[in-house]
Amino acid sequence: MEPTDGQRMSIIVDRSAGSATTERAPVRWLLIAITIAFLSLFLLLPLLEVFVQAFSEGVKVYFAALSDKEALSAIRLTLITAAFAVFFNTIFGICAAWAITNFQFRGKNLLITLIDLPFSVSPVIAGLVFLLLLGSRSPLGSWLSEHGLKIMFATPGLVIATIFVTLPFVARELIPLMQAQGTSEEQAAATLGASGWRTFWHVTLPNIRWGLLYGILLCNARAMGEFGAVSVVSGHIRGMSNTMPLQVEILYNDYHFAAAFAIASLLAFLSFLTLGARSLLERKHGDELAGTRGMA
Amino acid sequence: MKIAIEKLSKRFGNVDALAAIDLVVESGELVALLGPSGSGKTTLLRTIAGLETSDDGRILLGDIDATRLSVQERRVGFVFQQYALFKQMNVIDNVTFGLRVRKLRDRPDKAEIGRRGQKLLDLVQLSDLAARYPNQLSGGQRQRVALARALAIEPRVLLLDEPFGALDAKIRKELRIWLRELHDSIGYTTLFVTHDQEEALDLADRVVVMNRGRIEQVDTPEGIRQRPASAFVADFVDSSHSIG
Repeated sequence: MEPTDGQRMSIIVDRSAGSATTERAPVRWLLIAITIAFLSLFLLLPLLEVFVQAFSEGVKVYFAALSDKEALSAIRLTLITAAFAVFFNTIFGICAAWAITNFQFRGKNLLITLIDLPFSVSPVIAGLVFLLLLGSRSPLGSWLSEHGLKIMFATPGLVIATIFVTLPFVARELIPLMQAQGTSEEQAAATLGASGWRTFWHVTLPNIRWGLLYGILLCNARAMGEFGAVSVVSGHIRGMSNTMPLQVEILYNDYHFAAAFAIASLLAFLSFLTLGARSLLERKHGDELAGTRGMA
Repeated sequence: MKIAIEKLSKRFGNVDALAAIDLVVESGELVALLGPSGSGKTTLLRTIAGLETSDDGRILLGDIDATRLSVQERRVGFVFQQYALFKQMNVIDNVTFGLRVRKLRDRPDKAEIGRRGQKLLDLVQLSDLAARYPNQLSGGQRQRVALARALAIEPRVLLLDEPFGALDAKIRKELRIWLRELHDSIGYTTLFVTHDQEEALDLADRVVVMNRGRIEQVDTPEGIRQRPASAFVADFVDSSHSIG
C-alpha cells in the first residue's frame, strides 16, 4: 500500500529526529529493558553477591581471611605469575608484531593464525599438555628434575601455563595497529641513519604506546584470573603453589565461604581496576588503539 | 656528489621492475625521473636509497660503491611521498632526528644540534613553527619539514619521491619555484620522481623518461620536447601535457 503524504511526512520527521533506524517508542523501551535486565541478572547480581558473601561474617572475618598466611601466599604467587606472563608476552607480542609488519616471509599468515590458538584451545588441555611435556614422567621433565629444576607443581609451571593462555593479548592488539600505521616512519628513520633498535624506541614505541598498554592490561587481567590451565599444573600445594583463583576453590570446598568470597572480592576488585583503566584508555586514546580506532 | 648506476636490475616475479638500468647524474644536477605508474621510477629511487634491494648491477655514490651498503650507511636524503614525518615529535625534533640518533662519537653536542636545526628551519622558512606537531601543519609546510629533516644528515645526494604529489595545484607551482631556488643555493645532487611531465620539464636540468623498467630517453627538457627518442616519449609528453 502506498503511504499517504501525511505518512511520508511522519517518516521524514521521525528519521530526522533520531537515527535512520529509529523504532517506535515501545520497541525502544523493550530492547533497553531486556538489555538492562540481562546485564543485571548475569553480571551485576553475581558481582554483588561476591561482596555480600565476602562480608557476610563481618569486616573482621573479611580482613582476617585476606591476611591469612595461605591467602597472602596465593596473592603473592598470583602477582608473580602475572608479572612474568605479562613480561614475556609483551616481549613476544612486540617481536611478533614487528616481524609481521616489517618483514616479508613465508608462513606469515600461518603465524598470525597460530597466535590466536590459545583463544580456541581449552585452558585445561593446555595445562595437561605442559604436564605431559614437562612432568616427571616425561624425558624432558625427568632430565630437568635430575638437574634440580622443578617446573611442574611449582611457580615456573604456573608461569608457563599462564603464558600460553595469555599469549595472544599483546600481539593481537599490536599487529593490526602496526599494520594500519604502516612502516613509512620506520623507513624514514632508517634513511636518517637510525638503527632498528633506536627506531623502535624513538619512533615505533611512541606510536604504539597506548595500544601496548591496552594489550598489557588485558593480558594482566586474564593472567590473574586464569584457573583451568593453572589448576592442572599447580598441584594445589597450600601456601606453595596456589594462586588466588585456586585458593578460592579450595576454601569454598572446605566450606570457608566467607574467606573464599573475600579472596574472590579481591580478584573482582582487580578486574574493576582493569576495566576502569581500559575505559580511560579508550576514551582518551581510542584513536591510537587497534580495536576502537575511529570510535573516539 | 655524482650518482652512477650500472646495469641495475630488479625483478618482481616475472616482471622487470628495473631492466639493466644505466644512468649517471652529475654532481649538483637536478634530474627528474618521469614515467607512468609502474614504470619503475619509484623502484629506482628506493633502490638508490637502499630501501629496496637490487638483483644485479651497481650503485655508486661519488667514489663509493653503495650497492651493498645498508640504508643507514648510504646517508641518502630521502623525502617520502606522504612525507612520513614522525607524528609524535614536533617540527624541530623531526628535523634534528638524524643528528640525535648518531653514534655518540659522531654526534654533535646538544647546543650544536639545536643550532643546526634552527638553521635548517630558517632555510625552509619554518622558524616560527619549531614547536608545532606534523598534524598542525599544512601540506606544503610538512613537505618543507621533510626536506629539512633529510638535509640535516648532510646527505650524499637528495632523493624526492613525488615531492608535489600530495599538494594542490596552486601550492605545487609555488613550491616548484622555491625548490629550484633552494637547489641552486645549496647545490645537492638531486633526483626526483614525478608522473607529471610539466613538472619534470619545468624544474629539472635533465629528464629521464622511464617505461616498463627501462629508460626510454635521457635528455634536457628541450631535447625531450623537440627530439623525443621514441613514440612512447612523444606520446607520454604530449598526452600528459594536454591533461595537465
